[in-house]
Amino acid sequence: MNFQLTEERQMLQDGLRRYLGEAVTPQALEAAQTTGMSPEIWAGLSEMGVAGALFTEDQGGFGGAGFDLMVVFEELGRAGAVEPMLELLLAGRLVAELGDETQQEIVAQAVEGAVQLAFAHGEPASRFDLERVETRAERSGDGWTLTGRKSVVVNGAQADHIVVSARTSGDVADRDGISLFLLPKGTAGIEIRDYPLSQGGHAAEIVLDGVTLPAGALLGAEGQAFEAIETAQARATAAICADALGAMETARALTGDYLKTRKQFGQPIGKFQALQHRAADMLIEIEQARSAVINLCGHLEADRDTREIHVSATKHLVGKVARLVAEEAVQMHGGIGMTEEYDLARFARRLSMLDQRFGDATFHLGRFVRLRAA
Amino acid sequence: MDLNFTEEQKAFRAELRSFLEERLPERLSEKVRLGQRLTKQDYEEWHAILNEKGWLAGNWPKEHGGAGWNAVERHIFEEETTAAHAPRIVPFGLAMLGPVLQKFGSKEQQDYWLPRILNGDDWWCQGYSEPGAGSDLASVKTTAVRDGDHYVVNGQKTWTTLGQYANMIFCLVRTSKEGKPQEGISFLLVDMNDPGITVRPIVLLDGEPEVNEVFFDNVRVPVENLVGEENKGWTYAKYLLTHERTNIAGVGFANAGLANLKRIARLEQSGGRPLIEDPLFAAKIAEVEISLMAMATTNLRVVSAAAAGQAPGAESSMLKVKGTVIRQEINALTKQAVGPWAMPFVSEALEAGSNEGPVGPSYAMSATPHYLNNRKLSIYGGSNEVQKTIIAKAILEL
Repeated sequence: MNFQLTEERQMLQDGLRRYLGEAVTPQALEAAQTTGMSPEIWAGLSEMGVAGALFTEDQGGFGGAGFDLMVVFEELGRAGAVEPMLELLLAGRLVAELGDETQQEIVAQAVEGAVQLAFAHGEPASRFDLERVETRAERSGDGWTLTGRKSVVVNGAQADHIVVSARTSGDVADRDGISLFLLPKGTAGIEIRDYPLSQGGHAAEIVLDGVTLPAGALLGAEGQAFEAIETAQARATAAICADALGAMETARALTGDYLKTRKQFGQPIGKFQALQHRAADMLIEIEQARSAVINLCGHLEADRDTREIHVSATKHLVGKVARLVAEEAVQMHGGIGMTEEYDLARFARRLSMLDQRFGDATFHLGRFVRLRAA
Repeated sequence: MDLNFTEEQKAFRAELRSFLEERLPERLSEKVRLGQRLTKQDYEEWHAILNEKGWLAGNWPKEHGGAGWNAVERHIFEEETTAAHAPRIVPFGLAMLGPVLQKFGSKEQQDYWLPRILNGDDWWCQGYSEPGAGSDLASVKTTAVRDGDHYVVNGQKTWTTLGQYANMIFCLVRTSKEGKPQEGISFLLVDMNDPGITVRPIVLLDGEPEVNEVFFDNVRVPVENLVGEENKGWTYAKYLLTHERTNIAGVGFANAGLANLKRIARLEQSGGRPLIEDPLFAAKIAEVEISLMAMATTNLRVVSAAAAGQAPGAESSMLKVKGTVIRQEINALTKQAVGPWAMPFVSEALEAGSNEGPVGPSYAMSATPHYLNNRKLSIYGGSNEVQKTIIAKAILEL
């Protein structure tokens, strides 16, 4: 049993924390509002080789394990960085695992930070159901024709390549029959509506109106993509929970500082036991969340059922704790915690949006029950 | 013990309903239903419609042009107007200042200011909190120094809700540093157009500039704008706060929010079925509904006692805590119900008639802004922590 980071990961964590602590400035965040990211920070992260930590050596990276993800995403969350590293992980690993040699060149470019990626899977009616895919791909000549709509595709308008899921057979909620396709930016027939997200960053609605693709656009085996999608989402869930963990640490630190400095009734409000206990509860719950993230990161390579039990356990617990921390941090600040100009705002919003991606706390509680019963 | 409303009260409810059907503009109720922004003109339009009927100031006695309703009647009004998605009545002049002037103002002040509040000639805002005086309101530092026929006001107020629309502000100012902090406070009416006043908007978590900072730099206020006696302002401030808290439970808002939540949960699909059929999510809705049913009755207990002439005391603190927590839970469940649609933030879509429509279903677009904005409920009007301290002291005598 050893809960220490390896020397390499420790170095990555230290370097990232230092870099992001300086780079994520109000100016950088302001600049990121129009496109969803700061090009300088994206370049800075690439220069540090951060993307490489998300991929295995076989895939052209130097990491790829659960604890590599934890280190990277905890720091992104701690700094409140909005750059689309999660999308790189989601789409990049799908391409790395399923792609042919030509397609895998994209991964090499992504590791260098030269291209941006997105995974277009969610649809207007799919909510958190991973197998619900109504977008259809029909064979046409040598290639394919895609028709449907993809919803809340994070980084969709900015991505150089989009991995799109579409049904090649079966009913709308069948696990079999889902295929993946690789769409380069600017493919004809795609209509994109780009918009900002509450947590920072951008997403897009993507309408595929009879988009024709060559045979080479198919990623992996026809109709067999579900398992890879579920695996990718398991990793992304670990990453987003680590991100939330970092954001919670920042929210807690801001709150602790405020309790020590804000005076009412002639003393720092942190001297009131009512608030001390609540700050202590926050800490206890954040440590629970940290252990939950460790549990999931340590089981990403386990058999499917074990892994998925941890996915649901962790997403449930971290979802609950994130809500508590966001709400309590705002409450203990009082009015100032409600304001946009105070730094807590973006962390509170980031945490309050955790539940909206990859399944909320209630969804995963139900899923955990079903997985345990199976 | 009788849980039923009287025949008169039922008749009043029926009259209210037909009035709302007839006179509440659909343009306004649609905005409220979708959670879109209301303009100053929207509020003024609705105020004028109510005023024409004599229903704008339900809490004012008839002699001052109010409806003279008792607490139960006001409660019915609140229930029906929120259910119909009417704009809220802006409280600063009507619910806050009006009662203070009626109780402590001079005849001249009453004759001048009260009709102006009813007619919408003035838009009032509240100058209570300061950067250093939040929960500890008695520590206000904004000073008013007597200079001939004027007070000269210097300092800063904050969290001034809708101050950007206001032409008048009622303020707690320090006129004496002697004795306890509560003993040197006065209640002053200030014209926002006076030289030396600066208003700066504060953007909140939901991106809206709902509140403001108001700065006073040697603002000269005529002495006739002092309400009651100098250094007795704390008494008036507390009186105002009890009025601020009369509808603090927000049962009407909670009921409307719950109905909206259920509607959304019927429309959203999860696992191929309506979300409302998911037993875990249904249980969450049920829990908050059960809380609300009980709290509504607690509210009616307090309301009935008030209608019978008992002044609400620390009970309003209980209602504040329970009421705000229930509303915040409904907001959180609504955000949860819309799932990924809670993420898009298209500010323009919150403007009625904008070319930029919502990303997802129209019921989803205000879920996150409302959730974020209503975190204020447990902070303003005396934070829930302050309310609990009041309960501990006043009821439990700890």
